[in-house]
Amino acid sequence: MTIQIRNTIRFILNHRLVELADVSPVQTLLDFLRIDRNLKGTKEGCAEGDCGACTVLIGRLLDGKLKYESVNACIRFVGSLDGCHIVTVDSLAQPAGPLHPVQQAMVDTHASQCGFCTPGFVMSLYGLWMENSKPSIAEIEKALQGNLCRCTGYAAIIRAAEAISTIGDIGKDPLVAERDRIAGELAALQDGRRVEIGSETERFILPGSVDDFAAVLEANPKATIVAGSTDVGLWVTKFMRDISPVIHLTHLEELRRITVDADGVTLGAGVSYAEAYPVIVAHFPELTELWDRIGGQQVRNMGTVGGNIANGSPIGDTPPALIALGAAITLRKGDRRRTVVLEDFFIAYGKQDREPGEFVESVRIPFVSDKARVAVYKVTKRLDEDITAVCGGFNIAFEAGRVSDAIIAFGGMAATPKRAAHVEAVLKGAEWNEETIERAVAAFDQDFTPLTDWRASAEYRQLVAKNLLRRFYLETQSSGGQLRLDRTIAVAV
Amino acid sequence: MNVMQPIDRIRGGVHENERHESGHKHVSGTAEYIDDIPEPQGTLHGYLGLSQRAHADILSIDFEAVNASEGVIGVLTAADIPGENDISPAHKHDEPIFVTDKVEFHGQPIFAVVATSREAARRAAAKVKIEYRDLPHVTDVLEAAAANYPLVIDPLKLERGDIDAGFAKAKNILEGEMRIGGQDHFYLEGQISFAIPGEDDEVLVYSSTQHPAETQHMVATVLGVPSNAVTVNVRRMGGGFGGKETQANIFAAVAAVAAKKYRCPVKVRPDRDDDMSATGKRHDFHVDYKLGFDDEGHIEAVDAVFSARCGYSADLSGPVTDRALFHADNCYFYPNVRLRSRPLKTNTVSNTAFRGFGGPQGMVGGERMIEDIAYAIGKDPLEIRKLNFYGGEGRNLTPYHQTVEDNIIGRIIEELETSADYAKRREAVIAFNRESNVVKRGIALTPVKFGISFTKTEYNQAGALVHVYTDGSIHLNHGGTEMGQGLYTKVAQVVADEFQVDLDRIKVTATTTGKVPNTSATAASSGSDLNGMAAANAAQQIKERLVKFAAERWNVAEADVAFEPNVVRIGAERLSFNEFIKIAYGARIQLSAAGFYKTPKIHWNRAEGRGRPFFYYAYGASCSEVSVDTLTGEYQVDRTDILHDVGRSLNPALDLGQVEGAFVQGMGWLTTEELWWDAKGRLRTHAPSTYKIPLASDRPRVFNTRLAEWSVNREETIRRSKAVGEPPFMLGISVLEALSMAAASVAEYRIAPRLDAPATPERVLMAIERLRAAARQKG
Repeated sequence: MTIQIRNTIRFILNHRLVELADVSPVQTLLDFLRIDRNLKGTKEGCAEGDCGACTVLIGRLLDGKLKYESVNACIRFVGSLDGCHIVTVDSLAQPAGPLHPVQQAMVDTHASQCGFCTPGFVMSLYGLWMENSKPSIAEIEKALQGNLCRCTGYAAIIRAAEAISTIGDIGKDPLVAERDRIAGELAALQDGRRVEIGSETERFILPGSVDDFAAVLEANPKATIVAGSTDVGLWVTKFMRDISPVIHLTHLEELRRITVDADGVTLGAGVSYAEAYPVIVAHFPELTELWDRIGGQQVRNMGTVGGNIANGSPIGDTPPALIALGAAITLRKGDRRRTVVLEDFFIAYGKQDREPGEFVESVRIPFVSDKARVAVYKVTKRLDEDITAVCGGFNIAFEAGRVSDAIIAFGGMAATPKRAAHVEAVLKGAEWNEETIERAVAAFDQDFTPLTDWRASAEYRQLVAKNLLRRFYLETQSSGGQLRLDRTIAVAV
Repeated sequence: MNVMQPIDRIRGGVHENERHESGHKHVSGTAEYIDDIPEPQGTLHGYLGLSQRAHADILSIDFEAVNASEGVIGVLTAADIPGENDISPAHKHDEPIFVTDKVEFHGQPIFAVVATSREAARRAAAKVKIEYRDLPHVTDVLEAAAANYPLVIDPLKLERGDIDAGFAKAKNILEGEMRIGGQDHFYLEGQISFAIPGEDDEVLVYSSTQHPAETQHMVATVLGVPSNAVTVNVRRMGGGFGGKETQANIFAAVAAVAAKKYRCPVKVRPDRDDDMSATGKRHDFHVDYKLGFDDEGHIEAVDAVFSARCGYSADLSGPVTDRALFHADNCYFYPNVRLRSRPLKTNTVSNTAFRGFGGPQGMVGGERMIEDIAYAIGKDPLEIRKLNFYGGEGRNLTPYHQTVEDNIIGRIIEELETSADYAKRREAVIAFNRESNVVKRGIALTPVKFGISFTKTEYNQAGALVHVYTDGSIHLNHGGTEMGQGLYTKVAQVVADEFQVDLDRIKVTATTTGKVPNTSATAASSGSDLNGMAAANAAQQIKERLVKFAAERWNVAEADVAFEPNVVRIGAERLSFNEFIKIAYGARIQLSAAGFYKTPKIHWNRAEGRGRPFFYYAYGASCSEVSVDTLTGEYQVDRTDILHDVGRSLNPALDLGQVEGAFVQGMGWLTTEELWWDAKGRLRTHAPSTYKIPLASDRPRVFNTRLAEWSVNREETIRRSKAVGEPPFMLGISVLEALSMAAASVAEYRIAPRLDAPATPERVLMAIERLRAAARQKG
């Protein structure tokens, strides 16, 4: 097979096609917009994907269908955008023309004060409006989890979000009305070629297919694989690390496939959290709250389950839940594939069972048996858009009032996502009652010696881990009263 | 001559819900912040090199790799500063731009790299090799006291009555302590300055500063040039909150020094992490108190010491700790009182102004005392509050000997109690808690009284410059800065109202030291009070000339000349404003004026702890209900009701936004915003990934905010309005107290929960555990 190579990247920036041959692998979209293109509407607030001031929309194709998603331009590499449509706040209204309905709603409701976060809010709300023109308060809040405002207290912004559809008609929005034309233009950019830019310390590659990816990675085993760049972006913006050569997974639609069969779900390693969401909600409803609390919407649009696993963080959002569910991953090197049970993948802090040249290709999550009860609890300092202090995944099966099987995994309690083996041992075979729970709770001290850091003290982590088992137990009892915060309390006018 | 048809009123006058003057630009991304200003060719970028030690001697610095780094033009150290290497706003000479031989906190600037791009400067700065010799360091306020660390500035003592007699009389005496955490400003636009060198000694500095006049003065001092050589310009900030009152100065000074040295425009913008490490924050406090009270809960005596983590230098710690004492009484009369401040030095960044300026910490301390009394005698804290409010014969004198003359807290509380249905909901909360084991609820209604005026009396002055052009358009400039609060909008409304022209006739231009000199910081909630008055004064001067002219020209009495909506009426004749202005110009009437204002009545003697530091007080109250998960300490605010006093609002829509925003910011301070230093003295919560300000989903599930529409400032302020920036910040205290109540429920409300701030889920859970253990012991 001859690989055809292209040495430029091409994308549509607002209304114009851009083709670039000279791009650094660490060039961020935000700097490109602000410095190279003089598009100053998009702001830098934190340069780590946490404040949303730099939110832009990226339109990309999956199976020929075009979807726009909010992303953080500060941690998105320009190199990853080949074949995409980048929409910035600068393009929403013509210089002397009327404001876009989202913008007008923000003005009408006094939703900007200092105005610095505002373009980011406008773009997040625009992204939401395109998907859902009559969102509920909860949906608005979820869409705004990745946008910080320090002035308004958000009340006026929520009022704006509710008012948009009274000002404009989504059907008349240019990106909606002209979706087919833009999709066609993007499709025309897809030539199936491998893209290679730069050389030596300034190099990045966009493989044309998964097979090509395997070959490129085998040839460049030290390459940095970038899927959503929600982690690698910070290596560059915060630690100024050199990451060349970089391999972007942009073109690998095969890695964005989701397969559901009789026994479980397989997620390609490039499936974003947002793309996985409907399947997770449908088949693993116990993970819904966890999924809703991964980063903000921008991070869920960018980040991938595969990347969350591959980077091996002890406080990654998905591993405790996936370990509890008995998930396994397929690793691939060249043509060789092997399957590893997820918990075995995490060897030590910063060390995973992944050879040079090998990559995570997919994640397999088996369905839960009817005898089992699953729960996932993520505990954080701030409820949304925060990194785990403690996260517990529980999968406990019962037979005749006894525990027939138990898998319990925790994040934030050790140097890796880790199972609570001693706790499980106490539970297995035991009668399901308070006395058993208290014996199991005592076993946490054998399983974990957590650290103290800025997210939580060791003492708090240990206590919460124990309490999460207690909560799991209470939730199996019929008369526990209110056991969780009621996030659905209706917002009155 | 046309006869104009009179219209009812102008568009955008005072008391109208006018939108923010930059709203349409904010939403379209066209509002220009300093980093958006087009860079002239040859613009260079500076980046600060920060200390990696909390306290250490610098033995050597090796810049070889820095200088060899791509794009580097040069390195600036203390030796490159032509004037003074000091930017202490307290004039204590304790705040060098670049340290020379000793670092006093982790993150302290040592040098700056100047390079062709920001990226190049930043990468080069990281390549420095510095040899340190570590010295013992202290980051915590109590450890600083134990280690006999010095005070950064003279402390304050407020004393009234007879403290010993008060305690001797009191049936109950209670002692306690509380820790109150600091807070990062987290303005969305970080610190930034952009300096453009001029001829001779001149320099123009664009600075994201709340205090252009002081930035000008500091830049001049650092350059060793007179102030007239330096112009500081700021159109808007992307948030300030006090964090750009003095903290902008170093960036302005470094940009200016580099611009003059290399004769190129130089921009300095730190990364968010460096911004949060190298610039000051809200002071953390430790409060040590002793309380005397009778069996009903009347306070007899209060003796409290407020110790603050000031950081390595004085900065504004003197007035900040003073203001803590000024607000420790909140709305309560203390018959016998002694309050002392202890502004302690620590090896941390020098703490600074932040919305409320020490007042919130003082008030939290005062409210904690109320709470303690309530739990000690088993009453609703609101009852104790009401018992102790100022009011009645001999009960109106503050600890600083100012008489409270404008007290409206009674009416505010009464109205809010009713509209929030407090009593019934408190009963419902208690009933819920009886049945619910895991989720517990709490409710609290807390008042706010906040003193308005700078306690540094000389700051209570302002200037404005108004030009009326021959086409009738009006140019307005004043000394206040726009950081989102809507100051430009409000002052423009005042000027529109003075001239009786539509608001769109008025353009507010960027604040600059060249137009209005010697201004005060836009701080202490004073922006509209001071600048609104100064602008009105300028407009009135022009109007007086116009009236005089019209009376003479048309031969009518001055009283027969009136500014009506977009029209000037002279006798029976009506001219359009534009037409009239053209005629006035033709008659050589001066159409420009510099306005001035100084706040009357105020005086303050710090040495004696006596005076009238405040022109008036702003009041408010909030009622919050929370749910707490007692297994994890996680919580949410289920409902908040607010009634807040802004006098007769200049712009109710903008004021409402200030109140809502301040409440959420105050709530964040007391809940999830935690500053955490590691054992090496390094701040580890220095970015939004680790420092958690409230999100949209953290705002109360039900959030009812109202302005007290009946309130009119009894003092002659601009259109009888009241300041709004800071007072509502302290409405957030109701959340902390509601969390306390939820925690207290596990011990049947019989033990004071003593929840420290910020009440992170961890602190809440640990308080619950402590209370459970104590309740078990009590039986």
